[in-house]
Amino acid sequence: MRLSTAAFLVAGVCISQGAAAEWQLNLAPGATEISRSIYDLHMLIFYICVAIGVVVFGIMLWSIVHHRKSKGAQAAHFHENTLVEIIWTLIPFAILIAMALPASKTLIEMYDKRDGEVTIQITGYQWKWRYQYLNEDIDFFSSLSTPRAQINNEEDKGEHYLLEVDNPLVIPTGTKVRFLLTANDVIHSWWVPALAVKKDAIPGFINEAWAEVSDPGTYRGQCAELCGKDHGFMPIVVEALPADQYQQWLADAKAAKAADAAAADQELSLEQLMSRGEAVYNSQCAACHQANGSGIPGAFPALAGSPLIVDNRAAHLDIVINGKPGTAMQAFGKQLNAVDLAAVITYERNAWGNDLGDSVQPREIKALQP
Amino acid sequence: MLTQAVAHEHHHGPPPGLMRWVLTTNHKDIGTLYLVFSLVMFLTGGCMALVIRAELFQPGLQLVQPEFFNQMTTMHGLIMVFGAVMPAFVGLANWMIPMMVGAPDMALPRMNNWSFWILPFAFAMMLATLFMEGGAPNFGWTFYAPLSTTYAPPSVTFFIFAVHMMGISSIMGAINIIATILNLRAPGMTMMKLPLFAWTWLITAFLLIAVMPVLAGVVTMMLMDIHFGTSFFNAAGGGDPVLFQHIFWFFGHPEVYIMILPAFGIISHIIPTFARKRLFGYPSMVYATASIAFLSFIVWAHHMFTVGMPLAGELFFMFSTMLIAVPTGVKVFNWVATMYRGSMTFETPMLFALAFVVLFTIGGFSGLMLAIAPVDFQYHDTYFVVAHFHYVLVPGAIFSIMAATYYWLPKWTGNYYNEYLGKWHFWLSFVGVNITFFPMHFIGLAGMPRRIPDYALQFADFNMVASIGAFLFGLSQLLFVYNIIQCVRGGYGADSRVWEGAEGLEWTLPSPAPYHSFTTPPDLREQGGEH
Ligand code: HEC
Ligand SMILES: [Cu+2]
Repeated sequence: MRLSTAAFLVAGVCISQGAAAEWQLNLAPGATEISRSIYDLHMLIFYICVAIGVVVFGIMLWSIVHHRKSKGAQAAHFHENTLVEIIWTLIPFAILIAMALPASKTLIEMYDKRDGEVTIQITGYQWKWRYQYLNEDIDFFSSLSTPRAQINNEEDKGEHYLLEVDNPLVIPTGTKVRFLLTANDVIHSWWVPALAVKKDAIPGFINEAWAEVSDPGTYRGQCAELCGKDHGFMPIVVEALPADQYQQWLADAKAAKAADAAAADQELSLEQLMSRGEAVYNSQCAACHQANGSGIPGAFPALAGSPLIVDNRAAHLDIVINGKPGTAMQAFGKQLNAVDLAAVITYERNAWGNDLGDSVQPREIKALQP
Repeated sequence: MLTQAVAHEHHHGPPPGLMRWVLTTNHKDIGTLYLVFSLVMFLTGGCMALVIRAELFQPGLQLVQPEFFNQMTTMHGLIMVFGAVMPAFVGLANWMIPMMVGAPDMALPRMNNWSFWILPFAFAMMLATLFMEGGAPNFGWTFYAPLSTTYAPPSVTFFIFAVHMMGISSIMGAINIIATILNLRAPGMTMMKLPLFAWTWLITAFLLIAVMPVLAGVVTMMLMDIHFGTSFFNAAGGGDPVLFQHIFWFFGHPEVYIMILPAFGIISHIIPTFARKRLFGYPSMVYATASIAFLSFIVWAHHMFTVGMPLAGELFFMFSTMLIAVPTGVKVFNWVATMYRGSMTFETPMLFALAFVVLFTIGGFSGLMLAIAPVDFQYHDTYFVVAHFHYVLVPGAIFSIMAATYYWLPKWTGNYYNEYLGKWHFWLSFVGVNITFFPMHFIGLAGMPRRIPDYALQFADFNMVASIGAFLFGLSQLLFVYNIIQCVRGGYGADSRVWEGAEGLEWTLPSPAPYHSFTTPPDLREQGGEH
């Protein structure tokens, strides 16, 4: 019976020669010292299990082949043997100790949280990540950038389908980077296999993890804790840059932020607001309220024809900026800049037949933003 | 009370008609009800699994939207655990334990009726949530707060009530089994002569009584958070979402042993029968079961290695979890030693039992890997875990239930099932199960999280393989249903012993077993030896 499993495995391995990337069978060793020692540990335990399996299943198979009635086998009468039973209790015990020692060593190394040089706070939101660089004035959101059309099979899927984001997390290589993890709504879990970091992001808690990446590169991961509807659509992309490039990136990010702040003082036309608003809406709001504003009954209200939007402009601004505590509606005033907020609110007021004709200007938002 | 009057006559069958099943207090009738209910739930939960596998056949969203996908994974898990596996074991216990210990019936027959009849209402309510606004529960069968409280659909309240009802049903069933085993054993049947199915169920029943109230407690705390303004699990109100997980897994880990200990009992009956050789190491089987049950209370946080426990906690739960491998290993070694130098034949129950030993052990190996905390950071919440628990639950618990069904069906009905179809059912299930779940190890290690409706392209091929396997496995269960129906309706008659190598009191009763099992208790005091 294991033959069929074996045959299947062999088949799997053969096909994998053809399409190596598609048939990945095993953990990858990863990009940090910790991830490599985890990989070694994984292989060690795996080989021990295989060895035990070969012995136990071997004896079983041997009995099945030789001690069958159809071959005239007569049943023996033994049904206990204290010595054998003691031996096969003690040997597994010894094997377990041999596994526990290296496992404890790796675990203790992972828990050594001293001397982080860069600290980044990671906050899980339904369904995106927020990265705040402590002591640097950098704070941004990172969400899935795969177009909806690819997910709905209307377009060919790209190489990094579902594993690509608008703003990746950027970290320096050769430096111990500390992550502080928390969440804004439900529990999420930040997982990048190549860094061997998987830590839950829990509302009201701050968890700690760290990674020291040796090789520059792009590392991809996903949220690992069921966090609601779009749990499968909140990937993580980490870009590890050499120290000098990382410094350059920091400087660029700060400059871009200053430019955004300046833009908030301009007056924008309805057309400008609508086109920007549509983009913001689709990336930030459509997951819940749907691209056509129809919502999902019982979970997310429709915005098309919403009395709140149509009758009460102040309440509309308020719920988008301040959210509604205790519901999935987040306070976007802390997440988006004034221009994006003005644009998305304008868009909601004029799309899907709401046609109110008014626009909201960034200046108005700035006055309300916390 | 018509049934009662009838029950006092001496030679009679059950009263006819539908009311027989509603009012029955007979252990065999109630056993049948449990088993049929479990089969219906198994097929229902199986259809949900096929919806999941159909959506995952290819990357992209094809058949269902993510919100419905989450309802399917949640309902599939809840139905299989609470509706299929647990009631099946209670049904088997109802049928077999009185016959095995030499009793006329269960100790508490009226409670027995009630503990069954709660279940259809609990599950009707749970399934009804699929049609409610906002949909069915969508937060996974582990229902972590605050996704299941603050962020839950309105139907969560019905879910909580359904869980309460299932819990009451399980606790009553457990009390009944304990009372039967401790009080109604035939004279001379000492505890160390108790058949292993009864032993493992006795221990399971204590586990049930210990942890079902914990489950009831945690859902009640959710109810308070949702409707009465408390903040047990709400961080904004000073509560603690991690507390939920500790309470849930304090229930949840023993729960997984509740689903496997009776299976150990069944396998310990079937292997000796078809190896025609006494079970090796009966006393160590009993001690191993008891140690597993004890350990199950001190390992719960191995489900929570990534929540950010202190180092000492991680180490403690890693070591205690690894320890479980010792008694589990003893069991596997004993089964193999029973086969060794036996005189084996390979009827359907034996095939399922042999597959159980191999595939459950594979699930045990991946369990040992998961116990290693630092490596668990890579495995946790991936398809590797999905592969692991499906290996212990499908070719583990469910294969044992199928083995038990084939093994005892001739005793229940008086007819042999169709052996040829039984073997087809076995081989298709065996191949299907491995094609479904083996590749999940690979996609998990390659990095695919569990509970996602769509996935990156590098996981595509193995997902397609797994989906094909799932349909093969699912469809082959129709053979099982057909075979059972045919066997109930008639067939080649069985004598009282049924299987050449069968030992135990249940085989001294005629086939089909009489409506009341042992009206006068058999006397075992004269027989020497143990077991
Ligand atoms: C994670 C899901 C989610 C996202 C993303 C989301 N919302 Fe909401 N939104 C909700 C929920 C839930 C409510 C209902 C809150 C309540 O209970 O009143 C809501 C309510 C609203 C309302 C009030 C509707 C009414 O009729 O009461 C507006 C306006 C709104 N959201 C705008 C937005 C905008 C603009 C965005 C994007 C910037 C957005 N939402 C993103 C979940 C979401
Ligand atoms: Cu998440």
